[in-house]
Amino acid sequence: MDDLFAARSQMALSLGFHIIYACIGMVMPFFMAVSHYRYLTTHQDVYKRLTKAWSKGVAIFFATGAVSGTMLSFELGLLWPRFMEHAGPIFGMPFSLEGTAFFIEAIALGFFLYGWGRFNPWFHWFTGVVVGVSGLASGILVVAANAWMNSPAGFDYVNGQYLNIDPIKAMFNNAWFTQALHMTLAAFTATGFAVAGLHALMILKKHNVVFHAKAFKIAAIFGAVAAILQPISGDLSAKDVAQRQPAKLAAMEAHFHTEKSAPLVLGGLPDEGKKQVNYAIKIPGMLSFLAHGNFEQEVTGLDKFPKEDQPPVLVTHIAFQIMVGLGSFLMLVSLLYLLALWKKKKWLYSTWLLRLFVLAIPLGFIAIEAGWTVTEVGRQPWILYGIMRTADAVTPMPGIVYSFYLFAGIYFSLSLVVAYLLYRQIKAVPTLYDVTPEPTPVAH
Amino acid sequence: MLYVVIAFLCLGILLYFLLGGADFGAGIIELFTHRRNIRKTRTTMYHAIGPIWEANHMWLIIAIVILFVGFPRIYSTMSVYMHIPLVLLLIGIIARGTAFVFRHYDAVVDEMQVVYNNIFVYSSFLTPLFLGIIAGSAVSGHIDVQADNFLDAYVFSWLHWFSVAVGLFTVALCGFLAAIYLIGEAEEQDRRRFVEKALILNIVAVVCGALVFVAAQVEGVPLLEWLFGNAISFTAIVLATLSLALLWFLLGRGQGKVLRVLAGFQVTMILLAIGWAHFPDFILLRSGDHLSLLETQAPAATINALGWALVLGSVFILPALFYLFYSFQKKPIHDFEV
Repeated sequence: MDDLFAARSQMALSLGFHIIYACIGMVMPFFMAVSHYRYLTTHQDVYKRLTKAWSKGVAIFFATGAVSGTMLSFELGLLWPRFMEHAGPIFGMPFSLEGTAFFIEAIALGFFLYGWGRFNPWFHWFTGVVVGVSGLASGILVVAANAWMNSPAGFDYVNGQYLNIDPIKAMFNNAWFTQALHMTLAAFTATGFAVAGLHALMILKKHNVVFHAKAFKIAAIFGAVAAILQPISGDLSAKDVAQRQPAKLAAMEAHFHTEKSAPLVLGGLPDEGKKQVNYAIKIPGMLSFLAHGNFEQEVTGLDKFPKEDQPPVLVTHIAFQIMVGLGSFLMLVSLLYLLALWKKKKWLYSTWLLRLFVLAIPLGFIAIEAGWTVTEVGRQPWILYGIMRTADAVTPMPGIVYSFYLFAGIYFSLSLVVAYLLYRQIKAVPTLYDVTPEPTPVAH
Repeated sequence: MLYVVIAFLCLGILLYFLLGGADFGAGIIELFTHRRNIRKTRTTMYHAIGPIWEANHMWLIIAIVILFVGFPRIYSTMSVYMHIPLVLLLIGIIARGTAFVFRHYDAVVDEMQVVYNNIFVYSSFLTPLFLGIIAGSAVSGHIDVQADNFLDAYVFSWLHWFSVAVGLFTVALCGFLAAIYLIGEAEEQDRRRFVEKALILNIVAVVCGALVFVAAQVEGVPLLEWLFGNAISFTAIVLATLSLALLWFLLGRGQGKVLRVLAGFQVTMILLAIGWAHFPDFILLRSGDHLSLLETQAPAATINALGWALVLGSVFILPALFYLFYSFQKKPIHDFEV
């Protein structure tokens, strides 16, 4: 493993874990706030116990998200000092605002976790909402910084010099909105389905059914609404990428040759040597339509780019297929669930629907990892699109591979402990959060 | 605006030392507490820092963001030549932060607690050690950007007597701060123990401080000249020494709040003395070149935007933070449900 590959692997690993912790840490506070709201308005004790149970999850994920985020703020420099030396002053604005949002989140979490019975109940509820809103703001700001790497703005690049820096323009680059929208909906979808699925599993096992049914409903509605909105945001993103990063779009679609009325390639195995896709289903004209809103229009293929500027096709294409496939599946489950809520009430108590949710526990997060692979690998060989190559940004220090092994060990063991803690939290529901005897469920 | 940004950078470093440092100190105290008293110490500590500990560690993020946005050359130079201690620091931060939360949010209390506790106390010791090593190396003139071999470039840049002495001094100061804070938090019958701890750690800190001077002589760091060569540093050292005497006098007389202010004042004066001595230089290189806060700053547009972001941010953060500290100081947390 050479140093560049080790550095890329370490960055991918760190972000790959952080993205999961951060998504859960920023979305779960909203579930918690809804449950807390229900408690304050209906005075049903089960909502209070649910809020407390969820808040333990939030605390665990916030802590892991906070430390893994702190690590990333150092790793940017440890691995990519040449990039940060130039990029820091340009795309630093969202990071400095994110620092503020993150700080507010930490303060609000202190109030919320330790504030039971200590403050006005609505002030206490409000601090929980602040945790969610500032977490969401942090997420959007960090994605805006990443968007700048895809869509550099706010400076003039003249003879290797970065001149006329405008950090505000850099923050509001062309990609920030589509990327932030897509990531936010993805976070709600993935967390909603993961949480709902875990509670569905408990309902299927007939453990504390009333408690878990309340939890399931809140998480499932959030997840379902986000999953149904996601294709719209995906369409915006695709059109945007087609404009700004045609090479990335071409890699996503394994679109080797520039052509008019280009087909959409579903699945398949790209052969980068022969420049063709084997075993794929092709829908004629569809790629032209999705990318440019017109079945005839020409779509730029990889052949328009010199070899050294082309992103890896195999990884990008497969990751894109996984993301779209899983996203579509989650959207279908969401439609079924909303239909059940609206028209087919008896589906709500059926095992098949609950089983679908259990199946979906990891799918949203797999889709997030795949989507993030698309955006990062699809930008290669650039770290800053069209301006600086990843190979020119890496640290001069040799031996990064050992650092990679070290970080891999840390992240894997950390994730094992987090999973173990969650398992113990869920197992403890009957003794800690839902001790009252189960009332017999009332049929509606 | 540049001075606003620099002020926030100094504030971030100072508050991280005073608040985050005291959190590390609490773990250090736990490391040196007899098995018999450990449970009590742990509870007192949790009640003291539980609600505020996440916020305390945000100051590090603020400082690091200011560095990479406002002073990118300083950030990248540190990242390259202090890669190894920074990685070790990060491991300490991640191990400590997660172990602290895990041991309080594990639904089952069993032998896993031993694992969490061990990780917590050892990383509480290692993290400030490496913070001190990094701070010491930044000003020791050992960073050699022309070095052509691995050891000179990436190891001896930070591994030398002076930086290690500064690291130990940092650990001792953190422990001392924590002991002083905990005197005010402890129940009547435990107070004695924290007074003893504070006294011992204070002596350790003075000894480590002396070590720093010896190491500076050995490594050729002109520490004496820095501290006594200008009026402000000199005054700060005199004030720190006077407050030390006052603190010894008041220790054990049960003045929780006064003690805290004095301890905080003392540490602030130490940081001021050393910081002022080579302000505005942030990193001193072997070649004799200096990376100065007034010369390596980002372009004006960035510094202005950063300054405004910090000012606006502090309008939200500071009142909320004061209210958080105030709310949880009124009454011990164990009177309430968690």
